[in-house]
Amino acid sequence: MNLVKLTAVEQLEGLRSGAFTSVELTQAHLDRIASVDGVVHAFLHVNASGALATAAEVDRKRAAGETLPALAGLPIAVKDNLTTIDEPTTAGSKILEGWVPPYDSTVVSKLRAEMMPILGKTNLDEFAMGSTTQFSAYGPTSNPWSLDRIPGGSGGGSAAAVGAYMAPLAIGSDTGGSIRYPAAMTGTVGTKPTYGAVSRYGLIALGSSLDQIGPVARNVQDAALLHDVIAGHDERDSTSLPEDLGSMVAAASNGSLAGVKVGVIKELSGSGFQAGISARFQESLELLKAAGAEIVEVSCPSFQYAIAAYYLILPAEASSNLAKFDSVRFGMRVTPEGNPTIERVMAATREAGFGPEVKRRIILGTYALSSGYYDDYYGSAQKVRTLIQRDFDAAFAKADVLVSPTAPTTAFKLGEKIEDPLAMYLNDIATIPANLAGIPGLSLPNGLADEDGLPSSIQLLAPARADQRLYSVGAVLEKAHENVWGKRMIDFAPEVKAGA
Amino acid sequence: MAKAELMNYEQALEKFEVVIGLEVHVELNTKTKMFCGCRNDFGDEPNTNVCPVCLGLPGALPVVNKRAVESAIKIGLAIGCDIAPNGRFARKNYFYPDLAKNFQTSQFDEPIAFEGGVEVEVPSGQVYKIDIERAHMEEDAGKLTHVGGNTGRIQGAEFSLVDYNRAGVPLIEIVTKPVYGAGAEAPELAAAYVRYIREVVKALDVSEARMERGNVRCDANVSLRLHGAEKLGTRTETKNVNSLRSIERAVRYEIQRQAHILANGGTIIQETRHWHEDKGTTSAGRPKSDADDYRYFPEPDLVPVAPSKELIEELRASLPEDPATRRKRLQEAWGFSDLEFRDVVNAGLMDPIEETVAAGASPQAARKWWSGEIARQANADGKDVSELNVTAAQVAELAALVEAGKINDRIGREVLAAVMNGEGNPGEIVSAKGLEVVSDDGALMAAIDEALAKQPDVLEKIREGKVQAAGAVIGAVMQAMKGQADAGRVRELIIERAAQ
Ligand SMILES: [Zn+2]
Repeated sequence: MNLVKLTAVEQLEGLRSGAFTSVELTQAHLDRIASVDGVVHAFLHVNASGALATAAEVDRKRAAGETLPALAGLPIAVKDNLTTIDEPTTAGSKILEGWVPPYDSTVVSKLRAEMMPILGKTNLDEFAMGSTTQFSAYGPTSNPWSLDRIPGGSGGGSAAAVGAYMAPLAIGSDTGGSIRYPAAMTGTVGTKPTYGAVSRYGLIALGSSLDQIGPVARNVQDAALLHDVIAGHDERDSTSLPEDLGSMVAAASNGSLAGVKVGVIKELSGSGFQAGISARFQESLELLKAAGAEIVEVSCPSFQYAIAAYYLILPAEASSNLAKFDSVRFGMRVTPEGNPTIERVMAATREAGFGPEVKRRIILGTYALSSGYYDDYYGSAQKVRTLIQRDFDAAFAKADVLVSPTAPTTAFKLGEKIEDPLAMYLNDIATIPANLAGIPGLSLPNGLADEDGLPSSIQLLAPARADQRLYSVGAVLEKAHENVWGKRMIDFAPEVKAGA
Repeated sequence: MAKAELMNYEQALEKFEVVIGLEVHVELNTKTKMFCGCRNDFGDEPNTNVCPVCLGLPGALPVVNKRAVESAIKIGLAIGCDIAPNGRFARKNYFYPDLAKNFQTSQFDEPIAFEGGVEVEVPSGQVYKIDIERAHMEEDAGKLTHVGGNTGRIQGAEFSLVDYNRAGVPLIEIVTKPVYGAGAEAPELAAAYVRYIREVVKALDVSEARMERGNVRCDANVSLRLHGAEKLGTRTETKNVNSLRSIERAVRYEIQRQAHILANGGTIIQETRHWHEDKGTTSAGRPKSDADDYRYFPEPDLVPVAPSKELIEELRASLPEDPATRRKRLQEAWGFSDLEFRDVVNAGLMDPIEETVAAGASPQAARKWWSGEIARQANADGKDVSELNVTAAQVAELAALVEAGKINDRIGREVLAAVMNGEGNPGEIVSAKGLEVVSDDGALMAAIDEALAKQPDVLEKIREGKVQAAGAVIGAVMQAMKGQADAGRVRELIIERAAQ
């Protein structure tokens, strides 16, 4: 039995029934990493001994008949922008090379409390700025479906790790689509929860008002398992929601579309979307209808300004969030020749430590916040944000969930668009509005595009705090796809050619 | 640095109108810091009261200290401000090595308290209304110590040490509107205003309020304009003024310095200036322009502070009496004349006298010691009385010794000098030095007889009714007793002897 090919739910059943131990399961994933990550490059750091130690502890407790947390013994990968105590955390940047945080992020603490062996830290665009993982200072990650293609970003590492069976589950973070877009590129499932549903404490901030941590998995039920573990109020994060949003596992298990109104966002379809993606999307609308849903069209006219607003708000917040990387207290320090004043050391360190996309966004953000420009740029962008929230309010008055393709195209080639930031920014056209409005979104595999045989995807959106709807609708649609295609989408992925 | 030329003060006032503005930083005495759980005690071993939040480590998030918010509201109410129902924090972005995040979490366009006013009395008895623009919450920076070089400033230092114990300490900054019309009394008004704020925060028990420890810090803005001119002159902001006396001196100095420049056709540079206590001068610091760009924007990591009406009213009801009422009450209780009381207030002696009376001394005795010997010493040392090494309890003990006839006033002064010299408490000093007055009549009589033997005609004169003749013998006896005798008792004994 190839343990890594099992779903997370199946792996947990195997652990509980004694079919295999957590050490065996963890070792199987470590072996898989050893065999394919040389070509995929999903991981920046693998902690075999730490993962096996946790696994052994779970096995010992299980053998002793002790009660264990629900996900105990199930391995997981963590995006490298969440702090892990005594384990390197780079955020994909040279400026943090060698930094070992003295504290765990809240989400990592929860994984440890759940006794999940943490396999390692996954690759990302530097500070999560990018949609292809090519802006990682440590080299790009490849798409398991086609190694010369992007896995999406910024969380390409987590998506590729899960997609290539190196981990059953992974943690991602989504600021403008960094969980959902890589899920779309790799035929996996990824959720951005409601803003505040998961604590951001210990997440290296990109855009503080947009960032949200969420689960990456190979199917809806698996994602729900992880979602339930990481969600919940945290007194260390002032923006975390006080209320319990309910069980996602329960929602996924009791999925139903009877009487559910599904809104199709007019502005996120048609021109600009690859034909094969649009075709699969239309088919899914039929599947939803057949499952009992009512399809309605909604219009969100302000979405046309979403990318412009996002690329003012995000760089503005990022420029301030990244100011702390100054060589004084942690991370890289470059001491220039001659008289090394503090200003010169800071400048030299930031010059050497930050990559081009990070510098681009720091400059953009610094400009957008400058006095005299603030009202025109940051101020206007915040007004657009309000308009987008109103568009969603109006749309959710007509529909329980909204749908669109997650991404306008399937995965393109590594190196493509890299010199054209504006073209690159359009990858997130469908995902960004949810971050600006703080609402939850889930990306689900949606068949393969006819043109290239690569994964197509559909995005489900729900009102803030109604994350459960994503799972109940998502589980039904996932089942419908399986019936139509004869197997799970992920099972169409070609075997990764190891050692290429 | 060339010494600045000054215009004669009276001349300066004849020619120019003085406009001042005061920014007072009050360090709160909360148990923990503004945004984390670290102890608010920066006197500890450097960098021991620190955590990921106040060190600005990647991933850390702030959480507002509720108690600090309550203190801010109390201060706001006590200085007549309105309280914002929904106040946001903002980031003030600038790079400096003492600023862990390279932004200060402060308040910008939505301060917690705004539009207040206080009435302040200056030594002449004149009362001025000072309008308060705002009071806002912010965090302190770390403390830098510059090593090497001889200026103690960052320029020219070999290296600098940072103590982050102070980073994140809660501060309230109280900003006045421009204050016009104080004329020659502007320097005294500045000092009286800061004294008033100190009294307020002390009475509220929200700060230790010790200027010499930096609990209350004042930046004084001074500008001049020709009498009748409409436009405000260019202002300077003098920092680092750490005593009431210095505030008065610094404002006066700036008036004279600016007057000289303006009268000679020069222009004032808008800049911060450093006050040098030893030399009694200010020197140019950083140029400061209105174009200083801190790129303020709302702090996305914190939700707005929204104190309920109930909380505000509860805090309002808990306010202690205002300083004016307190003065009236104390003057009546102590039975001081208007002149006596004004002197006490202007010398900043109200608190120590109140504490001394509370420790058991009579109001007059307390006043005598504080406004006599102690004030004289403070003046000679160029310090505030609070900086001297003497407590209210020690003064009360001293007064009790005099009251009981154990020592006389002259010995009392000697004991007080020893107390201020750090030699111990009054009682200990009296015993250690054997200063207690000789109250053994036998010993006194022996000394009297000895003196009388040298001046045999004295007894005769007394018998003739010339009682003042006893003076010569009293002097001789006091000399023989090295001053350790009660002169009144000596006099009585001489008269007794004459009657025999
Ligand atoms: Zn702290």
